[in-house]
Amino acid sequence: MSGHDTNKWPDADGHFGPFGGRYVAETLMTALVELEAAYRKAARDKEFKAELSSLSRDFAGRPTPLYFARRLSEKGKGARIFLKREDLAHTGSHKINNTLGQGLLAVRMGKKRIIAETGAGQHGVATATICAKLGLSCVVYMGEEDVRRQALNVFRMKLLGAEVIPVSSGSRTLKDAMNEALRDWVTNVRNTYYMIGTTAGPHPYPLMVREFQSVIGKEAIVQFKKACGGLPSAVVACIGGGSNAMGIFHAFVPHEKVRLIGVEAGGFGLASGRHGAPLCKGQVGVLHGTKSYLLQDADGQVAEAHSISAGLDYPGVGPEHAFLKSTGRARYVAITDSQALEGFDLLTRFEGIIPALESSHAVAYGYALARKMGKDETVIINVSGRGDKDTSTILEERKGVTP
Amino acid sequence: MSRIDDVFAGLKAKNEKGLIVYLTAGDPTPESSLAYLKAAADAGADILEVGVPFSDPTADGPTIQAASKRALDGGMTLRKVLSLVSEFRKTHQTPIVMFGYYNPLFRYGVEALCKDARKAGADGFLVVDLPLEEWGEMAPMARASGLDWIPLAAPTSDQDRIRRVAASGSGFLYLISVTGITGTRSSLPPEVASWTRQVGRTIHLPLAVGFGISSPEMAKAAVAHADAAVVGSACVKIVERHGANSEGPRALNRFVASIKKALR
Repeated sequence: MSGHDTNKWPDADGHFGPFGGRYVAETLMTALVELEAAYRKAARDKEFKAELSSLSRDFAGRPTPLYFARRLSEKGKGARIFLKREDLAHTGSHKINNTLGQGLLAVRMGKKRIIAETGAGQHGVATATICAKLGLSCVVYMGEEDVRRQALNVFRMKLLGAEVIPVSSGSRTLKDAMNEALRDWVTNVRNTYYMIGTTAGPHPYPLMVREFQSVIGKEAIVQFKKACGGLPSAVVACIGGGSNAMGIFHAFVPHEKVRLIGVEAGGFGLASGRHGAPLCKGQVGVLHGTKSYLLQDADGQVAEAHSISAGLDYPGVGPEHAFLKSTGRARYVAITDSQALEGFDLLTRFEGIIPALESSHAVAYGYALARKMGKDETVIINVSGRGDKDTSTILEERKGVTP
Repeated sequence: MSRIDDVFAGLKAKNEKGLIVYLTAGDPTPESSLAYLKAAADAGADILEVGVPFSDPTADGPTIQAASKRALDGGMTLRKVLSLVSEFRKTHQTPIVMFGYYNPLFRYGVEALCKDARKAGADGFLVVDLPLEEWGEMAPMARASGLDWIPLAAPTSDQDRIRRVAASGSGFLYLISVTGITGTRSSLPPEVASWTRQVGRTIHLPLAVGFGISSPEMAKAAVAHADAAVVGSACVKIVERHGANSEGPRALNRFVASIKKALR
């Protein structure tokens, strides 16, 4: 344990050091204050916690396994690689952890209409799922480009009864979906609950989403101890907005000897200028209600991100990651589109697990890291989601030729 | 007394309501933008809100989103907005509120910006995504440079909150008439009248009502218990229609004059 007191941040106004905060239109402020109060009350409430934990087990399938990737470890000839199997959670990714928590909260707040933004569609599917389960109406905003490349998830959301609204402004990806969701919220704020899918957005979302996702790291720390004793040498997770990474990092933050590594989307390469790596290459800025690192031009206009994976195709990042970067507690790196595809193949061919393209970034970096480490060391890679949704992107990328 | 205070004192003396016109700076080009601003001022606008274009205007509807895009596509930057303000100031005394989202201002450097804005002849700032909780980022620097810091109140803000924002802001209180994004509407909700009356009783700043006002009749109704009406998207639509064509400023002049007439 050390100076990294995980419960100290954010402060009462939602700041993580110089990051975070509530940079929103006046119309939304009262809703954010109400949401925070409702969240804090629920988080202390035994009944809420019991309901969440029972649904996490029986509906979402938790705990997810911590799996020793034997063949991948042997191939790497370095550190032993463990996989946190969020791909096995209901709906196919870690996103359900957050939507379960926020869904129960929305019901407590008496909100019957849920809106959400989605990139890869994983959060959209998880939102639509929980809305179907709880009998809430659901509207999901999704960039047109993402609607095209994640057609399977669009279909799943529709099957679940959600209305999917394609967004044609800007880069037609996650950023623009979030713009439209915010415009909907500011219009319908009195009866609508905005279910943000990541540890970004205005306070209390970065706090609340981290807490709902922190189950990943809490399980992993116990599972690892049982499997190996002690703590892993390193924990690796991909970062778009940063929810799966915050989820697995949070429990490990106080344990300073565990290296925490966030993997951003390197796109066509950091030097190309076409990537989704604000922590590696952005500057501090304000977007979607929070202050954090941001891809932007010299005049403060937000730049378009690029990634092969829709879930990482975002110019901003959650404020707590900016904070962990500034304190040096976590390190942030990037993996390019083509490296991510190699990671995808590795896990698929050597372990029989088809990871999401987002998670493939973590796999690629985690594997390369493990190769450079000693045999007595260990790496946990968070496999945040499964890759069924990405098969059409991969086919397109390979012009229909399977490797 | 700031130039904005003088305007409201003058309106009161004349027993007249004020008209605040919003236009996006640099829409569609810096040169034509200057002509539109002058046209609005000449037609009787009492205060101008000059929008600093931003790539992700989340509180704006399609009309102002498109205007921001036109301005950015035309190469507008915050520095050029400041040049536009100082060009305008060479010929006109109408107060200017710089209106925008925080990121471009933050990126410029808040302290330098406040000084440069004052030097250019701006009179105040209204920052859409800086609520009271984050004012510390910029409001003290604006005040130190002699600029007004315009507070906002929404239909969701309770009376206590409205009192607090009004007590810490200056110039006027911008009342957002409806929950929602900017854009023209055909009518305002009936509760706007009672709400503005109630707010007017509790605060000392002049009240300006905005969002959705698109005709002389609506402007007149909106100021029944307020001091000024803000007209934005309806003016921006005229710019959208005429672009850089010289007929545009004349059309804007006629429209602004028709609204001002209803407020006299």
